[in-house]
Amino acid sequence: MKPLVVEKAQAGSWLRKLCQEFDVFGPVETKKGFYNWKRLDGTIVPHIPQGVAKVSIKTFFFPQPEVMFEFDARPTDPEAFRPIEPHCDFNPRVLFGVRPCDARSVALNAMPYREDPYFQRKRKETTIVAFLCEEGCLTCFCTLTGGSPVGIEGADMAVTELETGFFLEPVTEKGLRLLDYEFFRKPTAQEKSIAQERKKGAQKSVEDTASKLRSKDLMDLYNAHFWAAVAESCINCGACTFLCPTCYCFDIQDEALRGKGRRIRYWDSCMFPLFTQHASGHNPRGEKLKRVRNRFMHKLKYFPDRFGPISCVGCGRCVRDCPVNIDIRQVMEGLMEV
Amino acid sequence: MAEEVTMNPYLPYPAVIDAVTVESEDGNLKTFRLVLESRQDREKWNHTPGQFAMLSIAGKGEIPIGIASSPTEKGGLLFTVNRAGVVTTALHKMNVGDPIGVRGPLGNGFPVDTDLRAKNIVIIAGGFAFTTLRATLIYMLEHRQEYGRITVIYGARTPGMLLYKEELRAWQERDDLDVHITVDREAPGWDGLVGFVPTIAGQVCPSPDNSAALICGPPIMIKFTMPPLVKAGWTDSQVYLSLENRMKCGIGICGHCNVGPVYVCKDGPVFTREEVQKLPVEF
Repeated sequence: MKPLVVEKAQAGSWLRKLCQEFDVFGPVETKKGFYNWKRLDGTIVPHIPQGVAKVSIKTFFFPQPEVMFEFDARPTDPEAFRPIEPHCDFNPRVLFGVRPCDARSVALNAMPYREDPYFQRKRKETTIVAFLCEEGCLTCFCTLTGGSPVGIEGADMAVTELETGFFLEPVTEKGLRLLDYEFFRKPTAQEKSIAQERKKGAQKSVEDTASKLRSKDLMDLYNAHFWAAVAESCINCGACTFLCPTCYCFDIQDEALRGKGRRIRYWDSCMFPLFTQHASGHNPRGEKLKRVRNRFMHKLKYFPDRFGPISCVGCGRCVRDCPVNIDIRQVMEGLMEV
Repeated sequence: MAEEVTMNPYLPYPAVIDAVTVESEDGNLKTFRLVLESRQDREKWNHTPGQFAMLSIAGKGEIPIGIASSPTEKGGLLFTVNRAGVVTTALHKMNVGDPIGVRGPLGNGFPVDTDLRAKNIVIIAGGFAFTTLRATLIYMLEHRQEYGRITVIYGARTPGMLLYKEELRAWQERDDLDVHITVDREAPGWDGLVGFVPTIAGQVCPSPDNSAALICGPPIMIKFTMPPLVKAGWTDSQVYLSLENRMKCGIGICGHCNVGPVYVCKDGPVFTREEVQKLPVEF
């Protein structure tokens, strides 16, 4: 698919058009230094900050909470339990200004969610416009996880910011669809080479973490000596799991009020003791150490053993916001040495 | 690109409670016979002994319960439910005719048509874990010529806690079945075996030649049942266990039931002991 360029002066008009046709979301500075995903109305072209927004884009594919179906909740009524799937309650969406790590997280989550109709429907209706990274931030490490600052995995369109415009490369048909307007021109040879150089200059993946970890014995990693030290400071707050774009565990609950009910699912966290507690009271991961170990082992061993890549995109949110400074990079390093 | 998913695996089939049997003297174990409402769903339903289903009570939630009936039995699906949490307590209060949802069948089940064919089978069960083994036994009796010798060792705390009492009596009468029913302690009116399941397993201890053992019960029972079997020459690959863990989705996504890299709901619940030994002890 051929790249096009939109002049920065024209970008506003393009975005306005998109806002008429789609629900467009972008990172907006809601508090000094804090960027969050907000619906855009086309009046501004958002400044895409270096690094990632506070909340990951999993919220668009896996809302908090999500109604799975509705039902009549009077259990005595013979007509009661007829689950009805809710209508798809959103317009096609564009996520504008996603960083490559977040875009990649969608592709990774799609592996376990292959047969999940809610996730797949949302993915089908969402176009991801990824802004390639010129430089990383202190806490991010996509190149350690198999990603790249200029990676396009999971993206529908890749954007390179130029001096006076945006260099737009559609990756999928959905991405191409966004270029169906008159605001674009062909890139000059110079622009093409700038975009090329930018990619060549980007930091390369340093090593293949996933294949190294896949080749190691599961129980050796599980029994590694450092887990107690990692878990010691953890307070099981679950912040890492909620901020993580590739933490996708959920709980399912029923809500009922005045004879109407709905079954919802919402984010759950393997950091919480109730996550695994049986009705009998028995808890297979009753100790903090086991829960901390499970989170890292899932991301770095169980997931790659099943699907290939590690379940981490290196966005660094957990590193940035962990209240006790647990750093997944150190855990990765430790596991590599086992 | 995302592929099209047409079927929604989270939607339960509407069903109705067709019969309720109180199984145990303490009233905490009841067997529910459920009938799927639509003929289409009934025709589509096909399970393997050892599989489970999610039972839905509107407004209360879902619970994973092993299917106690064999696919060869007509007239409804059986679930023996222990009253333990919010949903099971609500279910225990429900009556014949009440609506319920059934999602499944889920999980792998016992390999009754493959690895277990032509083998001598030993079924060892303790407490109310007997349910999916009942399904398995009924299935095997229905295809009796496909299997070798069949031995059943089943124990409960007291005679009143034994499940499926009438069937147990009928099975004890059969010539093609070797049944050992035991209770933990002497009890008035009980003239059968007395002793824990591992002890009885050690006494009966069938030969491991061309055999497979299916064991379901509390972890402590499984732990102490293994030594007598190992002593008699049984290997871990001949022993099938059914694990249980907290579950939500039942299809290997939500992350609740994992034991290391495997999902009990999707890769299990049935594993050989050889497979289980390679996993972290998180069940």
